[in-house]
Amino acid sequence: MPRISRLLVANRGEIARRVFRTAREMGITTVAVYADPDRDAPFVREAHLGVALGGSSATETYLSIDKVIDAARRAGADAVHPGYGFLSENAAFARAVIAAGLTWVGPHPEAIEAMGDKLAAKRLMDIAGVPTLPSEELSDGSPEAIAAAGAKVGYPLLVKAAGGGGGRGMRVVRVADDLVAAVASARREAGSAFGNDTVFLERYLEGARHVEVQVMGDRHGNIVHCFERECSIQRRHQKIIEEAPSPAVDAELRERMGAAAVSAARTIHYDNAGTVEFLLDNRGDFFFLEVNTRLQVEHPVTEAITGLDIVREQIRVAEGDALSISQHALEIRGCAIEARVYAESPANDFLPATGPVVAWGEPAFHGLRIDSGVATGSQVSIHFDPMLAKVIAHAPTRAEAAWKLAGALEQLRVHGLTTNRDFLVNVLRHEAFLAGDTTTDFIERFDPARTRTASAEETRAAALGAALAAQSVRRAEAPFLRTIPSGWRNNRSTMETVHYSIDGSPLAVRYALRRDGAFDYECGEARGTVRLASFEPGRPGNMAVEVDGVRHQLTITTSGDQVWMQGAGAEVLLRELPRFPVPEPEQVAGGYAAPMPGKVLQVAVAPGDAVSAGQVLILLEAMKMEHRITCHDAGTVTEVRVVPGQQVERDEVMLVVDTGESA
Amino acid sequence: MAILRTSVDPSSETFRANREAMLAKIAEVEHWLGVARAGGGERSLARLRERGKMTIRERIETLLDRDTPFLELSPLGGWGTDYAVGGGLVSGIGTVAGVECAIVGNDPSVLGGAITPISGKKTDRLLEISRINRLPYIQFVESAGADLRRTTESAEDELRRQMNHFAESGRLFHDYTALSAARIPVVAVVFGSSTAGGAYQPGLSDYIVMIRGRSKVFLGGPPLVKMATGEDSDDEELGGAEMHATVSGLADYLAEDEIDGLRLARDIVAHLNWRKLGPGPSLPPDEPLYDPEDILGIVPTDLRTPYDVREVIARIVDGSRFEEFKPLYGRTLVTGWASIHGFPLGIIANNGVLFSEESEKAAQFIQLCNQVDTPILFLQNITGYMVGKEYERGGIVKDGSKMINAVSNSTVPHLTVILGASYGAGNYGMGGRAYDTRFVFAWPNAKIAVMGPAQMAGVMSIVQRAAAARTGQPFDEEADKRNQALIIDRNEKESLALYATGRVADDGIIDPRDTRTVLGITLSACHSAEVRGTDRFGVFRM
Repeated sequence: MPRISRLLVANRGEIARRVFRTAREMGITTVAVYADPDRDAPFVREAHLGVALGGSSATETYLSIDKVIDAARRAGADAVHPGYGFLSENAAFARAVIAAGLTWVGPHPEAIEAMGDKLAAKRLMDIAGVPTLPSEELSDGSPEAIAAAGAKVGYPLLVKAAGGGGGRGMRVVRVADDLVAAVASARREAGSAFGNDTVFLERYLEGARHVEVQVMGDRHGNIVHCFERECSIQRRHQKIIEEAPSPAVDAELRERMGAAAVSAARTIHYDNAGTVEFLLDNRGDFFFLEVNTRLQVEHPVTEAITGLDIVREQIRVAEGDALSISQHALEIRGCAIEARVYAESPANDFLPATGPVVAWGEPAFHGLRIDSGVATGSQVSIHFDPMLAKVIAHAPTRAEAAWKLAGALEQLRVHGLTTNRDFLVNVLRHEAFLAGDTTTDFIERFDPARTRTASAEETRAAALGAALAAQSVRRAEAPFLRTIPSGWRNNRSTMETVHYSIDGSPLAVRYALRRDGAFDYECGEARGTVRLASFEPGRPGNMAVEVDGVRHQLTITTSGDQVWMQGAGAEVLLRELPRFPVPEPEQVAGGYAAPMPGKVLQVAVAPGDAVSAGQVLILLEAMKMEHRITCHDAGTVTEVRVVPGQQVERDEVMLVVDTGESA
Repeated sequence: MAILRTSVDPSSETFRANREAMLAKIAEVEHWLGVARAGGGERSLARLRERGKMTIRERIETLLDRDTPFLELSPLGGWGTDYAVGGGLVSGIGTVAGVECAIVGNDPSVLGGAITPISGKKTDRLLEISRINRLPYIQFVESAGADLRRTTESAEDELRRQMNHFAESGRLFHDYTALSAARIPVVAVVFGSSTAGGAYQPGLSDYIVMIRGRSKVFLGGPPLVKMATGEDSDDEELGGAEMHATVSGLADYLAEDEIDGLRLARDIVAHLNWRKLGPGPSLPPDEPLYDPEDILGIVPTDLRTPYDVREVIARIVDGSRFEEFKPLYGRTLVTGWASIHGFPLGIIANNGVLFSEESEKAAQFIQLCNQVDTPILFLQNITGYMVGKEYERGGIVKDGSKMINAVSNSTVPHLTVILGASYGAGNYGMGGRAYDTRFVFAWPNAKIAVMGPAQMAGVMSIVQRAAAARTGQPFDEEADKRNQALIIDRNEKESLALYATGRVADDGIIDPRDTRTVLGITLSACHSAEVRGTDRFGVFRM
């Protein structure tokens, strides 16, 4: 095989950047492909070449085999790396790449195909002697057939998409009555996510751990495993915290699971990086779930503890080289934990969030790795996965790694979007997590706090810092009298006043400059002296306020009337209330508004329909997930303002229900 | 440019004593400012709040741009008179929607905002400041009208009754429209009643904002209308905001409430497309090298004790830089070039009594400032022009006249700060209030009079003794002593800075530490108008 000289990554975001990094280190020219919303994304800017795919949706762009192959031709690429998701486990794509005379950085198409159908994969593993969970296909879509299959598998069970992973098209069903609806909903989601709406049923193991084994193969028949990763901390069936090694796996179990993974890989003559996923129960028994025939999101934790560069190995074996490593040379050094930072609202059932990344800043210190897909000014749109970054901490022990990762997350500057950052910190510092009591239902069992609330002192420092920084900017930008002391009075009757809203609660900040350069302040009930210790108008970022003698180092981000303040503790988001308020637009009584921007999938009711509480009114697709808009007060539908297929904005009223109560 | 050096010793006993004395005087001024802020007192203010109204100071604070300075003018006008301290009116210079404006409003907590001689004088002064400096004029109207009471039978009131007549009044309305004609916009927000003659106050404004349910503007109220024509009517029908906004067209903007009215006033100023005509600051605005706080310890408690005025200049000008003009000639008058908050200016400061040389030096310096359009700062500490045979023979009247001629006809902005003594013609020659000075401020220790109290008493005694001798009457030494003591006592009181400021004879008493700030604000205000000197002076007597 020839050496790869120009590599196209058929992906976006952090994984495209991650592959580019290794490619650059290997002297390989990089090529990005991008959808219209990603035109200015960091991964596009960092690549040597870029080709616009044209269009906004995944289907039009990163899922279009023809467009990607055409892009490779136009950019003169000689190899394609698929990343994860999108076309990474699409055998047709792998074949198209090879047919175009390009090098495919991934396993051979037959292996992808064999593992792509989860059902077929399970049968293959049964034959190979790898333990599996009971499961049933749904060849016949009739409710009776579905019910019969459910009874055969037994409850609780999981409805899973045969054609993909990532939690999409996955539903837990605990009672038989819910099965038919869950299957229908899973099919819809799977169809839109993977273009394949086949689903199957599998026994759901409660209280188990998700443990997976990284494998690497080459074309010379060598296969090694790079130990396990545990990815039990999940929400919506999607991993958010992953670690290696697993606290539940000892040397003996590691040996057994590794051997099972290698024999699974050998069954399909595996020749690149892949992951064999298992469920591990509390008796130490493990069951095969599936093989991911691609680079995994959480591969960095394996890289941290083994010192390997998995992408480098992928490229080398794709070029025909033998693996650079042998099983006996691999060893585990320390412990690594990864946290996925998502634009989402943990307080609101982890609903995805969209919007601009007003400010992004990554801490940097020894043993910390951040693979991010965004930068200051990026937009998180409804079109793609809202993961912003992976933060990985590596330390000698698991407790140190957890503590280090929590600290790094606290220092991560992500202003403008609602994120799960505080929730991740709360999980990492939870005593059950630190004790290694990690199962896939960890979040349900322990319910870690979804957000963090700033202390009164943190809030005060944030509010005073925000007010004085804004003051400083106004003085610096004043067209005249700029050097006159701020807010000077020869007969002072009042202090300068700014009204903020923090989490919906009002907070008034008042300040007046003293002769010594400090300010007297009133903040809520508190009174004292505050000094703007450091701040440069026009260069926002770091600032410091000295509140009653205690200096607080803060980072500040301002956008319109919003101010994000981040110190040693919780982040504080302040909304400055207008000095001269304008009346609020009228709220529609009985109106149902979109909780987030998205597309209307289905309108389940029509004007005149009587609706009862809990009834589904509208199905909304946003961020590739389905959201049900359900009736909260019984009444009659008076108005439907949307049709299926329509794009809606956040807070847009979609329909109105008259509950019989006149306002 | 040369940097001034200092020889002040902050650890000396004199410094400490001076500082304490000045702080006591500042505290006294602060006390009276507190009285002025209280307006009509807590009860009146509470009544306003109950009616959902802001106080006059709240209205002004809300109007101003955040973090910008506000210089209140004559805050102690009315001190020592029969009227409230502050005179029931707040006026000053502040920034609204990025425009420096003259702002004034009646205090409805004082006599219902009635117009008194003090508030009238403050209004006249602000109109003058607005006109000379080309500052848009914003007025908040809420007034019971003229104060019809005869407050006292004092000699002062009696004199006013003897000297004034209704037919002389009302010039105010002329001045509003004159401002408008001078292309200086006048904005009125009517917060309450503005009736009878008072209706012309908004009527003669360029922009009128009225507040729904609050503004009442009519010539005759319901009782007068009933008496005049027999017609029954109520306030709203006669002059409510809604009627004026929809029917009469007197109101240009209808506000929902007070804060909305202030928002509209800001919007109006924002659209004025206002450009300042002066060149603005052009030099580095760095702080002085020496702490302005030192001024308190530098200035002697006794005005007769000499000190070097350069120590004060070093604490108010940018970087303590001062290029002295004619330093070796006429040494009791310091002249030279400096800048404050980046505004270039010429400084004329007393360092003793004025002789012929000093007078000529001042006349020359004023002409030089006019030649290059540079504003002049007068720092007064002056007992007067020198008297005596030698000086009269030397032509002190001729030379003093040259200085007053130059001061009178100079057209660059003049700013004056009275640092201590301000006696006699010295006050005139050094940019006194009567000489079209843009702004005049006094330190709390200042004394302003035609001459010193002891000199006044002595002069009176000598004159009376001579008169007695002429007529052959016996001279009553005891009565003379009592008389002298009375004169000294009265003159002491009447020469106090508080006395002058109470009569609106200056633009306010300032804390000496704020001198640089006040001058920066006022220089900027002066630069709203064109800054241009003249080459036309009266004939200089040679």
